Amino acid sequence: MYRYDSYDQSMVDARVEEFRDQVQRRLSGALTEDQFKPLRLMNGLYLQLHAYMLRVAIPYGTLSARQMRKLGEIAAKYDRGYGHFTTRQNLQYNWIKLADAPDILAELASVEMHAIQTSGNCIRNISSDQYAGVSPDEVTDPRPWAELLRQWSSFHPEFTYLPRKFKIAVIASDEDRAAMRLHDIGLKLVERDGRIGAEVYAGGGMGRTPMVAPLIRDFVSEDEIVSYLEACLRVYNRYGRRDNKYKARIKILVHELGVEEYKRQVEEEFAHMRTLGLNPPVEELDRIRAFFAPPAYESDLSEDIDRSDPAFALWVDRQVAAHKAPSYAIVNISLKPLTGIPGDASAEQIELVASLADQYSLDEIRVTHAQNLVLPHVKKADLYAIWQKLDEAGLAEANLDLITDIIACPGLDYCALANARSIPLAQKIAQRFANAERQAELGELKLKISGCINACGHHHAGHIGILGVDRKGVENFQLLLGGSGAGDASLGQITGPGFSEDGVVDAIEKVTDIYLAERTQGERFLDTYRRIGMKPFKEAIYG
Amino acid sequence: MKILTGNDLVSGDVIWWAGDGWSRQVGDSVDVGQSGDDLARTEEAALRVVGAYVIDATVTEDGVRPAHIKDRIRALGPTVRPDLTLKPNDADTGNWVI
Repeated sequence: MYRYDSYDQSMVDARVEEFRDQVQRRLSGALTEDQFKPLRLMNGLYLQLHAYMLRVAIPYGTLSARQMRKLGEIAAKYDRGYGHFTTRQNLQYNWIKLADAPDILAELASVEMHAIQTSGNCIRNISSDQYAGVSPDEVTDPRPWAELLRQWSSFHPEFTYLPRKFKIAVIASDEDRAAMRLHDIGLKLVERDGRIGAEVYAGGGMGRTPMVAPLIRDFVSEDEIVSYLEACLRVYNRYGRRDNKYKARIKILVHELGVEEYKRQVEEEFAHMRTLGLNPPVEELDRIRAFFAPPAYESDLSEDIDRSDPAFALWVDRQVAAHKAPSYAIVNISLKPLTGIPGDASAEQIELVASLADQYSLDEIRVTHAQNLVLPHVKKADLYAIWQKLDEAGLAEANLDLITDIIACPGLDYCALANARSIPLAQKIAQRFANAERQAELGELKLKISGCINACGHHHAGHIGILGVDRKGVENFQLLLGGSGAGDASLGQITGPGFSEDGVVDAIEKVTDIYLAERTQGERFLDTYRRIGMKPFKEAIYG
Repeated sequence: MKILTGNDLVSGDVIWWAGDGWSRQVGDSVDVGQSGDDLARTEEAALRVVGAYVIDATVTEDGVRPAHIKDRIRALGPTVRPDLTLKPNDADTGNWVI
């Protein structure tokens, strides 16, 4: 894992002290709320429905055990004993006191963490593949580039006040586990003629105007990725609309200019950037890359897994993925217990996962955009012991990518922007489909719920998506079918008129019944939808 | 009736104007009539509240009830965590917001 050098640490420490002074001035009345609000947002501190909310950055979703433990300690000491893992691989605390915020940031800084750029019109936390570095199908480990971009984008003076927020994802596998093409910029690292570089996608996103990012450059060599992105951002910063926040994201610019014209302008800027010597020296990428060198995996270990316990075998089949080292495995920890809150983890559960990482996963944890956790380096021989400990803590649900593995934003239970509650609906759906055999029968079925048009719950990218709306003060839910955030990215289509909370659960059941009746051998829900179209589903739902 | 709400500057807690100060209980709210915006400015300047705003509410047999579901959830707490609401011992407390 990357470790801060003296520059990183001094920047973060200085920011903590700066914010401590700003909070003190706010509490004394020297700063008004209008003056203070942009300052607190730059440090990830929102005023939400019930209290202040602090969003902590987890760069490319990677945590050490020490960092994870600290997140649990903060939840217990300053919050109400839990945290919420988000679709940007970050963590949010919901009950923060303003006066405590500087101390919390100081505690985060003590483990090389912060909340900088988790809000505001800047480049946000870089996201990546939760299997980075351990997936057998990756071309290279994407984390060194994600870290390089973290450093490039942190406090970037030119991109601190962009027209709107800006999200970047980096992957290096054909299987997209990071919803890469639904980002403002998505990088897919590839190998061409023995050289590593990136396919660059720009202008994707969800929100009120969802778009799948088009490819704007087929290959940028690894040593020019930074200056190419600099060119992409410059064109956006110059021409992105600042007159209308709903049209200010890069996706609108790319759409309005047209892909070819945006590409042309970027290439022109890139040609200029190349003359400026802005790419980091090769030695710096090598320095960063060294932090992500593969760990010393033990050899001569057994690759066998004792599957005599049926509950354990079920969990292995669902939650464990292949690792590039044959004696090791990737463990997915579900944060979707059937009666729980998607993405929430108690301080005790966070501490447990930290301990498991210490003991069994070479000190590493990953957060996924689907609001689950991953232990990336587990010996197959240790799987049973881990499963037992997870089971005791209520973390052994075997539902990865099934209908109950629901992405849900905090919704109207916590969020000041929301129009409807996402979490109670997720719980009702999970309970309706609680039967494990039924879930397995339905197979991969990604269900995603957003409580408003801002789409933090990625409803556009759900095989089944749900959007909560406000209809004259009453919660109402629109149903979408056919979205995907994976390599076959697509946007869901609305079925028709919306439903009450119970009505949408019934509608989902009808949709799954149609799928089961119509599917052919080996078809996932999404495949069947794409083959037969919306009509049969619509007829079943609306009669 | 019109009632005034906001968040406590220091703790962030949801608070309601009770006539002679702020309360954590929506039931203590008083009708602020047309004086809500002036009151909000005064109280914000005094650093007792942040983000204050006026909402519509009615008086029911259960007490003061904000007109919009968002404010009812603010008044109660998250419906999915009854233990963190103002009625932690009432498992059905979430029904109040609907």
